[in-house]
Amino acid sequence: MSHWVIAPIVLPAMMAGFITLVLRYHPVLQRVFSLAAVVVLLAITIGLTWQVSDGTVLLYQLGNWQAPFGIILAVDRLSMLFATLAAALGVVVLLYAIGSGWDRRGRNFHALFQFQMMGIMGAFLTGDAFNLFVFFEVLLIASYGLMIHSGGTARLRAGMQYVIYNLLGSTLFLLALATIYAETGTLNMADLAGRVAAIPGDETALIRVAAVMLLMVFAVKAAVLPLHFWLPATYSEAPAPVAALFAVMTKIGAYAIIRFYTLVFPPDLGLTQGLFDSWLLPAALLTLTAGMIGVLGARRLDRMVAFAVIGSMGMMMTAVSVMTPAGIAAALYYAIHSTLASAALFLIVDVVRERRADHSLAFALAPPIAGSGLVAGLFFAAAIAITGLPPLSGFVGKLLILDAAWSDPRAVWVWAVVLSLSLVAVIGFSRAGSLIFWKARTHEAALGARQLPDSGPAAPMLPMVAIGGCLTGLVALTILAGPVHRYTTATAAQLFAPDAYIATVLETPGRATTGAETQEGGH
Amino acid sequence: MEVLVASAVGILTATGVYLLLRLRSFPVILGTAFLSYAVNVFIFAAGRLVIDQPPILRPGVSAYTDPLPQALVLTAIVISFGMTAVVVMIALGAYLNADDDHVDDAPAGAGRDGEAAQ
Repeated sequence: MSHWVIAPIVLPAMMAGFITLVLRYHPVLQRVFSLAAVVVLLAITIGLTWQVSDGTVLLYQLGNWQAPFGIILAVDRLSMLFATLAAALGVVVLLYAIGSGWDRRGRNFHALFQFQMMGIMGAFLTGDAFNLFVFFEVLLIASYGLMIHSGGTARLRAGMQYVIYNLLGSTLFLLALATIYAETGTLNMADLAGRVAAIPGDETALIRVAAVMLLMVFAVKAAVLPLHFWLPATYSEAPAPVAALFAVMTKIGAYAIIRFYTLVFPPDLGLTQGLFDSWLLPAALLTLTAGMIGVLGARRLDRMVAFAVIGSMGMMMTAVSVMTPAGIAAALYYAIHSTLASAALFLIVDVVRERRADHSLAFALAPPIAGSGLVAGLFFAAAIAITGLPPLSGFVGKLLILDAAWSDPRAVWVWAVVLSLSLVAVIGFSRAGSLIFWKARTHEAALGARQLPDSGPAAPMLPMVAIGGCLTGLVALTILAGPVHRYTTATAAQLFAPDAYIATVLETPGRATTGAETQEGGH
Repeated sequence: MEVLVASAVGILTATGVYLLLRLRSFPVILGTAFLSYAVNVFIFAAGRLVIDQPPILRPGVSAYTDPLPQALVLTAIVISFGMTAVVVMIALGAYLNADDDHVDDAPAGAGRDGEAAQ
C-alpha cells in the first residue's frame, strides 16, 4: 500500500495550515511555498497517473481498515485524469494570481487556495460516497472564501447566492446519501455497486429516488439546466484567478456523475432506465442552448465567458448522457479542453479589465487597451478553442462528441443542437472580440488623435505566461489528440468494466472487525 | 415513533423551504438551518429507528442500533454548523456593503447599475 496515494490530499492540507500559522505575515514566502506546493502536487499526480495508466487500481485503506468497514481512497485512470488536470490548472492559476497581484488584494488567498486544492483532490481520489460529500464541503467552504476574496458589493452579493445555492445542494446530497444508506446499508462506492445491483426489480422505488436526487446534486455542481442559475453571477463576479480555478469545479460535478453512474448506477441496470436518455440528454442539450444564447445575450465580457462555460458543460454532459464508452471517452477529452479554454478566457478577460481605462467589461466602445495586439491574439485563440472551430482542440472534441452520438437514437437532436449553437457561439464571440479589440481602433480614430493610454510601468509578464500556459495546453491537446483520446478511451473501457475496481477495493485484505479486536476497542 | 420522526422531518423541511423563499438574508439563513436539522433527523432515521439499544458491538448482546448514521450525523452537524457560520459572515458583509439584505439581484435601475452610474 503506497502512501503516495494520499499525498495529494495531505500536502495541500499541511501547506494550508503552515501558511496560515507560520507564514501569516510573510507574503513573499507565502507565494513561494504555495507555488512550490502546487508544483509538487502536480508532480505527484503525474507520478500517480503514470502508475495507474496501465489499468491498475491503487487502493489506500486509511488506518489499514478493510473496505467496506474503513474509509478508502481508490485511484484509477478517471481519478488521476481529473486530479492531474486540476493540479496543472492550479499551477497556472496560482502563477496568474501572483503575477497580477490578486493574491494581495485580500487576506489568506494562499491558505484558501491550498484548502481548495485539498478538497478538489479528495473529491477525485475518494472511493467512499460520504467522503465525497465531505470533500465537496471542504472545497466549497474554501471556494466561498476565495469567491469573496477582496470583497466588493457585487461580489459579496453573488457570493451569498453562491453559498446558499450550494448549501441547498449539500442538503440534497445528504438526503440522497441517507436514502442510499437506508436502502443498502453501505456508502462505499464499490460495495454499493454490488448491493444496488442485487436489489430486486420491484423494490427499487427508494433507490430510484436516491439515484435521481444524487443526479440533481451533481447537476447543481455541473451547472446543468435547470440548476445552473448560480453560475453566471458567481463566475463573472469571482476574482479572475478564482473563476479560472472554478473551471475545474464544474468538472467535479461531471466527474461524480461519470463515476456514480458507471459504477453504482450503471446504464444497464433496470432502475436507471430512462434516467439518461429521457432526462439527462434533454437537460444537457438545453444547457448547451441556454449557455450559447447567454453568450449572444450577455452585455459584459465576463458574463459572456461564464455563459460559455455553461455551454461547454452542456456539450460535455451531452456526451456523458449518451452513456457509451465512446461517449464517455469523448466527454473526458472535452473536459480537459473545456477546463483549459475557459480558464484561459477568464484570465484574458481579467487582463482586459485591468487595462481598460474604466475597469469595466461592458460591450461599449472604449479606447484600445495597452498591448491590445497580444491580448486580442490570445482572446482570438481562446475563443476559437471554446467555440470549437478548427484548428484547436475544441473542434476535435466536438467531432468526437458528434461521432459518439451518431449511434444514439436521438443523434438528430444532438447534431442539430450542437452544430447550430456552435454558430451562435461563434457569432457571440466575434461580436465581443470586434467590440472590445477591433472597433476600439476606429473609435479612437473617430475621436481624433488621442494617445494610447500610458501603460505606466511595463505590465508584468507572469500573467501572460499563465495564459500562455493554458493555450499551450490546448495546442498540445490538439497535437496529441490521438494519444489523449486513446487514454480517455482506455479510461472509459475501465469504467465500463468495473469488476477489477470492485475486486481491488473489496478483496484487498486489511484489518477486519474480528470479535477480539472489537472487544479491545470497546473497552 | 415513526410518525413523530417522519412528521418532524416533514415540518422542518417545509419550514426551511418556506423561509428560503423569503429572499432576505436572515430568513434564508434560518431556512438553511431548518433544512439541515431536517436532514440530520433524516440521516438518523436512515439507520432504522431503534430504542434503548447499544450502538457498540458487545459479546452477549444481540440487538443493536446502527452506529454509522450517528457518526454521519455528527459529521453533518459539524459541517452544517461551520457552513452556517460562514454564510452569516458573508450575509453580514453583503448587508453592510450594500445596505440591503435582499438575496436576489436588485431590480434594474438600482443596485449595481445605479452604482455604475454614480
